[in-house]
Amino acid sequence: MGARRAAAGARGRGGGAVTRRCAARAAVAAERDAHGRTRCTRLRSDGPLALRETAEGVHLVGAAAGPLGGDVLELDVAVGPGARLAVRSAAAALVLPGDGTSRLTVRARVGPGARLDFAPEPTVAAAGCDHRSAAEIALAEDATLRWREEIVLGRHGERPGRLRGRLDVAIGRTPLLRHELRVGDGHGARAVLGDAGAAGSVLLVRPGLAREAHVEDGLAVLPLAHPSGVLITAVAPDAALLRRRLARGERVAARARGETAPRGLPADQETASAAAFRGAETPDSCS
Amino acid sequence: MGAHHDHDPHEAAPPAGRALRLGIGGPVGSGKTALTAALCRALRDEYALAVVTNDIYTTEDADFLRRAAVLPDDRITAVRTGCCPHTAIRDDISANLDAVEDLQARHGRLDLVLVESGGDNLTALFSRGLADLQIFVLDAAGGDDVPRKGGPGVAQADLLVINKTDLAPLAGSDVARMERDALRVRGGKPVALTSLRERPDAPEVAAWVRGALRRARGAAAAAP
Amino acid sequence: MAEIPAALLLLADARLPAGGHAHSGGLEPAVAAHAVTDLADLRDFLHGRLATTGLTGAALAAAACAYAAAYAPDADIPPSGDGSAGGRRGWRGLDAEADARTPSPAQRRASRAQGRSLARAARATWSHPGLDALAAEVRAPHHPLVLGAAAAAAGGTPRQAAAVAAYGAAAGPASAAVRLLGLDPLDVHRVLADLAARMDEVADEAAAAAAGGWDALPAPSAPLLDLLAEAHVRAGLRLFES
Repeated sequence: MGARRAAAGARGRGGGAVTRRCAARAAVAAERDAHGRTRCTRLRSDGPLALRETAEGVHLVGAAAGPLGGDVLELDVAVGPGARLAVRSAAAALVLPGDGTSRLTVRARVGPGARLDFAPEPTVAAAGCDHRSAAEIALAEDATLRWREEIVLGRHGERPGRLRGRLDVAIGRTPLLRHELRVGDGHGARAVLGDAGAAGSVLLVRPGLAREAHVEDGLAVLPLAHPSGVLITAVAPDAALLRRRLARGERVAARARGETAPRGLPADQETASAAAFRGAETPDSCS
Repeated sequence: MGAHHDHDPHEAAPPAGRALRLGIGGPVGSGKTALTAALCRALRDEYALAVVTNDIYTTEDADFLRRAAVLPDDRITAVRTGCCPHTAIRDDISANLDAVEDLQARHGRLDLVLVESGGDNLTALFSRGLADLQIFVLDAAGGDDVPRKGGPGVAQADLLVINKTDLAPLAGSDVARMERDALRVRGGKPVALTSLRERPDAPEVAAWVRGALRRARGAAAAAP
Repeated sequence: MAEIPAALLLLADARLPAGGHAHSGGLEPAVAAHAVTDLADLRDFLHGRLATTGLTGAALAAAACAYAAAYAPDADIPPSGDGSAGGRRGWRGLDAEADARTPSPAQRRASRAQGRSLARAARATWSHPGLDALAAEVRAPHHPLVLGAAAAAAGGTPRQAAAVAAYGAAAGPASAAVRLLGLDPLDVHRVLADLAARMDEVADEAAAAAAGGWDALPAPSAPLLDLLAEAHVRAGLRLFES
């Protein structure tokens, strides 16, 4: 089944002549073979969702630029028992305005003893976009997960359009995390994103992660109610610093329980809160 | 100097099986924390004790008690009051009740829980839903007209403690007058004069608390 | 909208002795960070809180109200839950949904502390099988669950429960702002009045969502509120619990 395209009027991408709405459904499945190696048993590209198998895992190579308004894209990911799969992307996905709301849905099933590492490049919400993304992840009891989402709020100097992203993760039948980010009505910055130019999170699910929360400039490491889950959440002025903060958060989360926390945690509230908030505005030196 | 023990105070015996809850209130700097520490030292070997502190700023009071090592850490809980120390002991006692329940759950049988209020004004009064009995602590050097003016704390507390009597002469306060006024506005309920600096073990107050605990136990034993 | 039962007003009243006065909803750390310094800042902060934590809480409260109301008096079998294909998950199931929407441990603790206090106050005030079942199944339930169950006990609808939750999400921090910044309480109340239409929108969205399955209830997050909540519990100077 190929992507279904439909002409939808005269307005085109980037001012071009052709507009299309696109419904695409891509899929990847990984299984562990008799020798204990993971093999891609299914790899289906569709329309703008083009998948390539690489040494690292699977890459979304983006046969077209990111979603346009009106696009409905779906990606199914299945990781069989004991298999390991990494999903990456070649470049940031630019979400542009178009004919209506663009939608991207990712569904992932991670089987017993399996690991999924899903860390594509950021989604850039362009001015005027109207985008919804949803990720639904079903984990077996002892599956492990690394799931990164990064959003850049507008191209250089531009205010983003509307964007709503939701992440739903369950272990068995127990909800682990339901996490939505809504951007675009221009209000409430002081409670939600400050002056951040980029925001993102990494969800880690595996045993032995930190059980103490940690907070520093623009970064929080948040142990979830489930003992195997940690959400790393960060805001930053730009995508590069956001990535560094998330990476730092992952290192903090990975420190085994009982190890000493790093020096230099702000001791009083003035410093701690100011640092947390300032994080959205000023670069720091963490790498 | 001495507590007046002859008066039988309002006796709200705690329901059988739970600790007697004693509130300690009073203005900022009158010596509530010092009195709490004194009572812990005096009573900890005789009774199973725990403390809840309500501090408007920090966990400073709890930290003070811990540093003074008057009780093990896990017997002291600090409650924050959202800028309203009197609300937390009177109008909305939720956080204090939670703290008391947690201490009781952690330590099983407790005989006495001291609930120290954050420093507040003269109208502060513990809710009877929180404290079975309450002590109000005044600073003798903080003005000798305070007892005469009264107010719910001064007038209704089960025991009024006039502390820092050693400083009264320096501040020009007339302690005898304070005691006289206090007894009058309090309808004869007891007043204790203390100088926690000179007598850090507050024997009169400790004796009053022992009496209250004996009566509470008697009441519990007599209950059907 | 149905007539408001007077009993429901008790639940929305800041004087309800349920521990709310000691929680600032993230306002205290925001003030400490100089992110909220005046009335305009406060308006923006409340707007953001309402749209995130406020909506999540309102939706959970609406779902809890509907669930509690389904406990028929004298029935010893609990209702079947959220009506989703997953079947009966009980109060623990809804409590897990609240956990999953609250990644910050500090915020989970604050929510459960307030839930515990509200459960005490509500059960002292009303007798209701849904409320009793919640207290029996979850030791310190998340605050919106108790709020929803208490609203049912007070004769309220899920939409009304959501409105009370949305109002509280803004009114709590607003009251803290009066205490922390010395803002004119009349000005602050005008800000709350200006936000009332937003509160109704949030309550509408929450109640509509609560008519579906619990899985799909809204879950809008506020990264800064999460950061601030964690910074707050590490701060030396704290006037509010959260």
